[in-house]
Amino acid sequence: MLGRLSNTMSVSGNEKEIRKLLKELAAPYGEITTDTMGNLYVHKPGKGKRIMACAHMDEVGMIVKGIMEDGLLAYTAIGIDSRVCVSKRVVVGPDKVPGVIGAKAIHLQRREDLDKSIPHGELFVDIGAESREDALKYVSVGDYISFDTEFSYFGDGRMKGKALDDRLGCAVVLELLRENYDCDFYGVFTVQEEVGMRGAMAAAYRVEPDLALIFEGTTANDMPECEGHQHVTKVGQGPAISMMDGATIVNPKLFKAMKQTAEEAGIPYQVRQGTKGGTDAGAIHKAGAGALAIGISVPCRYIHGPVSVASVSDFENAVALAKAFLGKRKFDEV
Amino acid sequence: MRKEMLKDILQAFGPAGNEEIVSGVIAEYIRPYCDSVYNDAMGNLICCKKGTSGKKIMLSAHMDQIGFIVVDIDEKGFLRIANVGGILPALSVGREVAFANGVHGVIYFETPKTRDASAQAALPNMYVDIGCSTKEQAEEKVQVGDMCVYVTNMVDMGNRIASGAMDNRVCCAVIVEAMMALQSPHDVYAVFTVQEEVGLRGAAAAAYAIDPDFNINLDVTLTGDTPKMPAMSVALGDGPAIKMMDSSVIVPMSVRKFMIECAEQAKIPYQREVLRAGGTDTAVIQKVKDGILAGCISIPCRYVHTPTEVVDMADVDGAVALICEMVAKEQLPGA
Repeated sequence: MLGRLSNTMSVSGNEKEIRKLLKELAAPYGEITTDTMGNLYVHKPGKGKRIMACAHMDEVGMIVKGIMEDGLLAYTAIGIDSRVCVSKRVVVGPDKVPGVIGAKAIHLQRREDLDKSIPHGELFVDIGAESREDALKYVSVGDYISFDTEFSYFGDGRMKGKALDDRLGCAVVLELLRENYDCDFYGVFTVQEEVGMRGAMAAAYRVEPDLALIFEGTTANDMPECEGHQHVTKVGQGPAISMMDGATIVNPKLFKAMKQTAEEAGIPYQVRQGTKGGTDAGAIHKAGAGALAIGISVPCRYIHGPVSVASVSDFENAVALAKAFLGKRKFDEV
Repeated sequence: MRKEMLKDILQAFGPAGNEEIVSGVIAEYIRPYCDSVYNDAMGNLICCKKGTSGKKIMLSAHMDQIGFIVVDIDEKGFLRIANVGGILPALSVGREVAFANGVHGVIYFETPKTRDASAQAALPNMYVDIGCSTKEQAEEKVQVGDMCVYVTNMVDMGNRIASGAMDNRVCCAVIVEAMMALQSPHDVYAVFTVQEEVGLRGAAAAAYAIDPDFNINLDVTLTGDTPKMPAMSVALGDGPAIKMMDSSVIVPMSVRKFMIECAEQAKIPYQREVLRAGGTDTAVIQKVKDGILAGCISIPCRYVHTPTEVVDMADVDGAVALICEMVAKEQLPGA
């Protein structure tokens, strides 16, 4: 399942494919609806508090902004550092036309070129077309571009693939939907998070949750040059519970209840230490008359690139933590 | 203004997202003057004094303050911190801070190469020393995710007072004082909002639930009356400021006119405020649902976002009087 979710290509604003797959996977578990923005809702009606488990469906990617005379495609990126785009395999448009993003070979570079990074504006997607006219047979301006990365398990209980942010979150929500809880439960898969939490705002007005759990693939900064106190999360140390990011400060009682849930159930966890970035929680907790919201994240190295790395046990423990929180009605303690 | 009450409200712990304690202090003072008092899901404190006209006026001021959040505790018991709201790092070095549970500490920064702290202090190299030698000792007192704020004494200079958290507790105290005194034909909601300092996050939820006919927000504003400040016509002691515009909101002409007329009729000295950089809850309240008529009374304040923010009591008392005058009017401003 993780592989199917990761491999699906659905850049922000074009979530059709992933929505179709999630609909199919969630169908046995609840009443399925969508809204005009494309958010997908799976409702398991029940009594008591209304709880929303939420993950965003969209992923970072690129969009074709123009086709050059020589058939190369100019693009605009959504949430991607240009330095990770050089020399990558991509697919373009609904027909998944294969392409590569190239750069001048080292032989042709001047000394000063070697010291600078190449901005998106100087990078192009090569689909093997010989002219603009030829390229237009296969692609159009406005087509989405995704990294062409195959998901796989590797190493010591780790996985690699594209869009782990946030297909891992989608997988957590799917796992949660398999069980029943003592509340009115919504699994929600949102659109356009990567361009500014745009879908979640609409979803929050529709669901009007008392409490929202947001599942994310978040940045792990456990890299050699980074000092301990500047790690946001560390891969393999358990799911990361959010205290604060650039868009949300978690209610202290909810933060405590989530940590207690993990401690009581013997589930390893870490606190997400960074205070920057944002998730759908930022939109949801302020919508309407307000709601409680907390993020539980699977730490991922190299997110917003062609391939990120996460730990299978962190994913499994994120599911276990959320199930314990819901199953033990911890939401009643806040 | 009752200075003892002002002091209690100024010194109550309440960084953005952790407003429970300050909310409790304000609720204690205001409860006898209200028909209902509650906190919503985000923590906004919503207090209502019923009227008979069927119309609703919302008075609002944010009760959160800027502070720090602990992001890491190292092996030697030093706390690494990030800012909660617009902290000035250089002015934080050497300051005493306090946590909600009463633990105190001091802020310093990694081995300075010179004695010029202001040149080198940046949040990633700053830390809080709470007097512990090991991680274990420190974790008994403070945990990752806990917040702290500057410790400040209220400095009473007579007409003028200096304190941390003057932004925006002075306005919270103004609303409490006004609620004690005011007479109004309308339902008057006193709302103390959360999380203004991190991006105007709480006020819209309260306005959404109340759906008022008219909002008067209160916040502090900058002044142009200290040495070499950029030109700004607001000065300490010249009366409460009626906001025309800041970088987040343009106050509707009808509201501006109503507020000025109220001040002039009651002979309350006032100033006109145009703030070039800065935003207030007024901005988000104005855009709730199908739009809410909103204005803002600003208390002129020097040294905003430092532990020594200074206000003038004449401006404070003028703001109380102006609120009482406005809410007493049968006819509220229209579009």
